Amino acid sequence: MSAVLDHHGHDAHDEHHAHPHGWRRWVFATNHKDIGTLYLLFSFTMLMVGGLLAMLIRAELFQPGLQLVNPELFNQLTTMHGLIMVFGAIMPAFVGFANWMVPLQIGAADMAFARMNNFSFWLLIPAALMLVGSFFMPGGAPAAGWTLYAPLTLQMGPSMDAGIFAMHIMGASSIMGSINIIVTILNMRAPGMSLMKMPMFCWTWLITAYLLIAVMPVLAGAITMTLTDRHFGTVFFNPGGGGDPVMYQHIFWFFGHPEVYIMILPAFGIISQVVPAFARKRLFGYASMVYATSSIAILSFIVWAHHMFTTGMPVTGQLFFMYTTMLIAVPTAVKIFNWIATMWQGSMTFESPMLFAVGFIFVFTIGGFTGLILAMAPIDLQLQDTYYVVAHFHYVLVAGSLFAMFSGFYYWVPKWTGVMYNESRGKIHFWWTMIAFNITFFPMHFLGLAGMPRRYADYPMQFADFNAIASIGAFGFGLAQVYFFFFVVLPCMRGQGPKASQRPWNDPDGKGAEGLEWEVPSPAPFHTFETPPRLDATATKVLDARVQPEPHAPAVHMPPPQIQPDGSKA
Amino acid sequence: MKSISNKLASLLLLAGAFNGAAWAVGDLPGGPAVRQLNLHPAVTRIAAEQHWLHWFMMITCVVIFIAVFSVMFYSIWKHRKSVGHKPANFHESVTVEVIWTIIPFIIVILMALPATKVLVASKDTTNADVTIKATGYQWKWGYDYLTGEGQGVAFLSTLDSTHREMSNDGAKGDIPDNYLFKVDNPLVVPVNKKVRIITTANDVIHAWGVPSLGVKQDAIPGFVRDTWFRAEQTGDFYGQCFELCGKEHAYMPIHVKVVSAADYTAWVGGEMKKMAAKQDDPAKVWDLPAITARGEKVYAANCAACHQANGKGAGPIKPLDGSPVVQDADKTKQIHIVLNGQGAMPAWKQLSDTDLAAVISYTKNNWSNKTGQLVQPAEVLAQRGK
Repeated sequence: MSAVLDHHGHDAHDEHHAHPHGWRRWVFATNHKDIGTLYLLFSFTMLMVGGLLAMLIRAELFQPGLQLVNPELFNQLTTMHGLIMVFGAIMPAFVGFANWMVPLQIGAADMAFARMNNFSFWLLIPAALMLVGSFFMPGGAPAAGWTLYAPLTLQMGPSMDAGIFAMHIMGASSIMGSINIIVTILNMRAPGMSLMKMPMFCWTWLITAYLLIAVMPVLAGAITMTLTDRHFGTVFFNPGGGGDPVMYQHIFWFFGHPEVYIMILPAFGIISQVVPAFARKRLFGYASMVYATSSIAILSFIVWAHHMFTTGMPVTGQLFFMYTTMLIAVPTAVKIFNWIATMWQGSMTFESPMLFAVGFIFVFTIGGFTGLILAMAPIDLQLQDTYYVVAHFHYVLVAGSLFAMFSGFYYWVPKWTGVMYNESRGKIHFWWTMIAFNITFFPMHFLGLAGMPRRYADYPMQFADFNAIASIGAFGFGLAQVYFFFFVVLPCMRGQGPKASQRPWNDPDGKGAEGLEWEVPSPAPFHTFETPPRLDATATKVLDARVQPEPHAPAVHMPPPQIQPDGSKA
Repeated sequence: MKSISNKLASLLLLAGAFNGAAWAVGDLPGGPAVRQLNLHPAVTRIAAEQHWLHWFMMITCVVIFIAVFSVMFYSIWKHRKSVGHKPANFHESVTVEVIWTIIPFIIVILMALPATKVLVASKDTTNADVTIKATGYQWKWGYDYLTGEGQGVAFLSTLDSTHREMSNDGAKGDIPDNYLFKVDNPLVVPVNKKVRIITTANDVIHAWGVPSLGVKQDAIPGFVRDTWFRAEQTGDFYGQCFELCGKEHAYMPIHVKVVSAADYTAWVGGEMKKMAAKQDDPAKVWDLPAITARGEKVYAANCAACHQANGKGAGPIKPLDGSPVVQDADKTKQIHIVLNGQGAMPAWKQLSDTDLAAVISYTKNNWSNKTGQLVQPAEVLAQRGK
């Protein structure tokens, strides 16, 4: 299915030991590249499922009044859209990127625990089936919102248990994936690649993995308590027995806020790879980027209750969470400044990865500013649980995480498949996505300011026009991603398109993308860096060609660049 | 399928001439306006402060945004490969990093100062003139006036059922401007008085919020939370439930009617009468065990302090046990004394007819008084004013 396959078979040096073919290759996959591909395909499928639910939501909200779904089903749609997108689409997609790129970027042969890697992927399938299948259970899917607030969860039907179980499994999968990434990054870097020479994507994932290990068990605890409240007579959150529903929110958001950064830090990593490559200039302030990412991660543990300003905390509590939340703006601003400084005085070109990266910086910053506005508790009293919040988190999760993933996809797909995507189609995808995204979510700021509550199946007539605009934008946005799959992803997977050179993003003088992933041929052979490579002083180039003889038959006119002699000067 | 074709029709309509006239809907004063772009007009000081803060934040953020992205787009314009720009080599500067860490830090501190002031003010719920408990039910609001003028008033506030039906019908046809906001019993509060709202819930978490008043407070089952507002103008102000509470979440609006002090007093009076009238049907015919059981409670609450639980009285307080008035076959004698008082005995006409009938029946059939007489509420009513 992927062009990744097509070459390794011909190259005897790859074929140290037999590995399974056909379906066994995927089911028993232990190769980080295969598992990365599986993760990416899985998450794209879930993106489509979650997107379909979003289309139904927007279709219902196109006009006031109930037309397509009843309020009960509407709540199921919003709940499942959130759960599927967060746990099924964005998180696994970044794990997919990590699987593909972390070993390549640090010069490791594979992930540290190859079989656990397989297990953590294949756990996702039953979890996803159970989650999506809950629509067909008696009473329908869970309808308590993706945050699963008690005591509403205690009123849900049996699908709630399926949802909880699915999230337990996905959490286990995430924890295993994180352990794998941490161990790989800390132990398997090629000699000479110190932590502070590591590519930013690995850095952000290392920090993300720690966040995941810290907070996924917290989520598991919260939903397990919900489960025992539902079935085993405990009263953690059941006010009827003296339980505290607000305690659920504290526990959930202690998970939930770091989770927000789990979904955005790897995106920062991808952007930090793409911007320098297309500015033909090294990342500005590498060290400060690492420190900023770490500060964001640490601060993310002490801001959780800004999701709960209307629960009625003591004023001192509200002030504390307001201040810490606003503080996060500082390291985030530093990152934006560093990216712009990287572009400054560069020599920029704007291929699809760079377009999505610049689009990310521009639109994500809007989401950052609305986050700052929401962080102010007095304003939050007006905006809590309105469409302003919906606009805000779609600006950071769609224009943030998703745009970064598109950027990363276009950036690395030549390495993955060995073919270049069609640049015009990439540009169409970018502009279509960008415009439709803003048509969808920008009007939601106005709806929120005017006080339209979120998770409403029907709304007052005065909100009709902006809802209609948002719905039209949403349909366009959804269609753009279908276009992306059929006209960009599929041709690349089938190997249709011009052959990608080993360094597709480098000028003839060598300026452009840096990093060990560009030291291996395109497509990356099945096995890479089986012997630890000898690196130059910047840890971006391999010194000896012994590890990576060019496996391709030389192309007619344009032989892919061999190991650059200029790289060995240092 | 009809609904889908309806959607397509509206889509064409939108494409043709995009305006609100498609539904001919107007602004709802105190609620949302058509294509409203900003927060509701403020009716309380806190809401006005929130507006100010929001504008302050908006302007600051937009200025920073424009400044930062002018630099980026200038760079995109000038430092392109296609215009022949050669990449520079710089890639770090501790000075620059320190500067652009400190500047945002100072900016957020400047932002936090006014926010702190407003937040502290909005959390001060002391010295309220009227305290009202708002209880969230699936899916309606219950209001109990706990202290201040109107104490004792209690009612439920539910979405007008015709609006719920309109929603089911796809909100077609002539839809009123207060669609999904119309309730049977609005919450009535006096103008320029500090109203404290205590929130709680009966089943799941709800949230009581009215944008014009600048309040939003979760209503949490098993717990009480509070918020406050002091409306500075009369009028109708609308809000909705802001916390997902199940399938009818969109159908439990909040309607706050702010009235002048005189109107409020009048409203309270009317409400009290309505409640008294509602409490017991004065025409109800009671049987002896039921009415004496109730009478025992009324006695314990109102009479026993003087007449004692054993009915013997004490000192100047006359005994009821064995009293000739109580045992008299003419029931009107005792009714008159209870209604109008006599000597040290105060008048009790503020009690309802039912309560009075009950307590009289109780005394006529308790202790050694075994008259077997039963006083019906109608008989008390007949003696009122005589």
